Amino acid sequence: MSSAFTKSAARNIFYGGSVFFFLLLVGLTYDTMHTLPKHDNSANLTESVKRGKHIWETRNCIGCHTLLGEGAYFAPELGNVYVRRGPDFIKAWIKAQPTGAPGRRQMPNFNLSEEQLDDLVSFLKYASEINTSKWPPNIEG
Amino acid sequence: MKYQSQAVAKPYFIAAIGLFVGQIVFGLIMGLQYVVGDFLFPAIPFNVARMVHTNLLIVWLLFGFMGAAYYLIPEESERELYSPKLAMLMFWIFLIAGAVTILGYLFVPYAKLAEMTGNDLLATMGREFLEQPLPTKVGIVIVALAMLFNLSMTVLRGRKTAINLVMLLGLWGLAIFFLFSFYNPANLVKDKFYWWWVVHLWVEGVWELIMGAMLAFVLIKVTGVDREVIEKWLYVIIAMALITGLIGMGHHYYWIGTPSYWQWWGSVFSALEPIPFFMMTLFAFNMVNRRRREHPNKAAVLWALGTGVMAFLGAGVWGFLHTLAPVNFYTHGSQITAAHGHMAFYGAYVMVVITMISYTMPLMRGRAANSKTAQVVEMWSFWLMTVAMVFITLFLTAAGTLQIWLQRIAAEPMGFMAAQDQVALFYWMREISGLVFFVGLVLYITSFFIKGKEAPAD
Repeated sequence: MSSAFTKSAARNIFYGGSVFFFLLLVGLTYDTMHTLPKHDNSANLTESVKRGKHIWETRNCIGCHTLLGEGAYFAPELGNVYVRRGPDFIKAWIKAQPTGAPGRRQMPNFNLSEEQLDDLVSFLKYASEINTSKWPPNIEG
Repeated sequence: MKYQSQAVAKPYFIAAIGLFVGQIVFGLIMGLQYVVGDFLFPAIPFNVARMVHTNLLIVWLLFGFMGAAYYLIPEESERELYSPKLAMLMFWIFLIAGAVTILGYLFVPYAKLAEMTGNDLLATMGREFLEQPLPTKVGIVIVALAMLFNLSMTVLRGRKTAINLVMLLGLWGLAIFFLFSFYNPANLVKDKFYWWWVVHLWVEGVWELIMGAMLAFVLIKVTGVDREVIEKWLYVIIAMALITGLIGMGHHYYWIGTPSYWQWWGSVFSALEPIPFFMMTLFAFNMVNRRRREHPNKAAVLWALGTGVMAFLGAGVWGFLHTLAPVNFYTHGSQITAAHGHMAFYGAYVMVVITMISYTMPLMRGRAANSKTAQVVEMWSFWLMTVAMVFITLFLTAAGTLQIWLQRIAAEPMGFMAAQDQVALFYWMREISGLVFFVGLVLYITSFFIKGKEAPAD
């Protein structure tokens, strides 16, 4: 780099640029938080959904599955599984694990009660109704 | 080594390498589970192996960063570390907390672990990379704050250089943004939105400051190029990193329920994120070309050049590959993400930590450089691990491309598992590359035990 461009100029670009763009990020975050209720389906955030999210987290579902495309890529996307499979299939599937089919990927059995299964399903229903700008591209996730 | 207290870095680096081995072992287990689904089930289900794999990576890189900071900050500040005893105490706390956490993942069912560790009081667990129980998260904060106190006191009383200020700023940022891991609202969109304030603002934000400072430190030492020049590069690189990376976070906000304007902000700014990584490549090569001395530690120079190139390929090129919103619509949450993640972490953070270890370890062991034989073995390990990682990335990219086609684009889209079966060949090849990587890692560790005629300390 040319010697006319000094270290202190570089330092000023760093501090000035960082502060400016961090403030821009804070501004965009502020706007996002204000417009979020239009997209995030928070109107349907019931107690059952909250309990379901807790079950989702404490069984570490994200360790194999993706949810809205984030997580591990070992098992199917579950953001839209409510639409793809429906509530009864989801519950029956979870209860039937592990399949024990030789050589196939296995999901543990979490011994969830009927009520816990209902909560988990309401969480997955709520997740499926979040406005994700039409992602995933099709029902297969 | 100019100051006695720099030696506290040594146990940090040894722990880092030990945990690195664990990370790769679990990576191999997971890689096999991709094709032999019931391997080690139910003893180690995939989700447990993955938690161990990713958490060990994070913890060993943190050990590496901390060790690097304890080494370079006294030297840059031209004084002894404020409290070597505190640094050693934090080492043991962090090591024990880390080991107990990993053992908890392996031997206690996750739901039980959550219940035992107060997750019902403050639910923070069960989110990708932030799976740690509450006491571990609190422990990380305590260790980080104690370290920052120790390092800040050292810098405050000593010489202030761009390198130690940038390193310190990066570490402060690391600690501050980690606090978002304690915020876990029931609203899934908000949860995801602020989860990225830890994950993205670490790896595509403040960690780049840490990486830049470490690289600059080693380059000054091994090339003898004027500090003014190196520090100017450092400022420009990290300026570009934050200017592009802060708003570049928008590339995670395309499909998670956030406003669609993020598709523009995210695409435009994250498309510029390769710039700082490309500059790091130029930086490393330029400084080595303009070197004023021939440092006897050739291996360290190789790692420094390697991290420049591989960070650009992994973070820059493979990041750009799927960062534009119309592309990401198809690639989001596929093996393409996994491909990028592997090479970016290896190229940027694994290699820069090894660069630092490679340069400092011989000095802490009382010599300027290891023997020629030891360095040759170390350089072999560089090539084996690096080439293996290139192939891991290529095979995952192939798997991802095919997966996306079969599952998301084809006229009659396949279900997830049907598509996975179709790409199994690439998963097998990835696993073989992983084994080569492991051989490279074993060779790397072996290089520490090879004797021979060593270059004397200055």
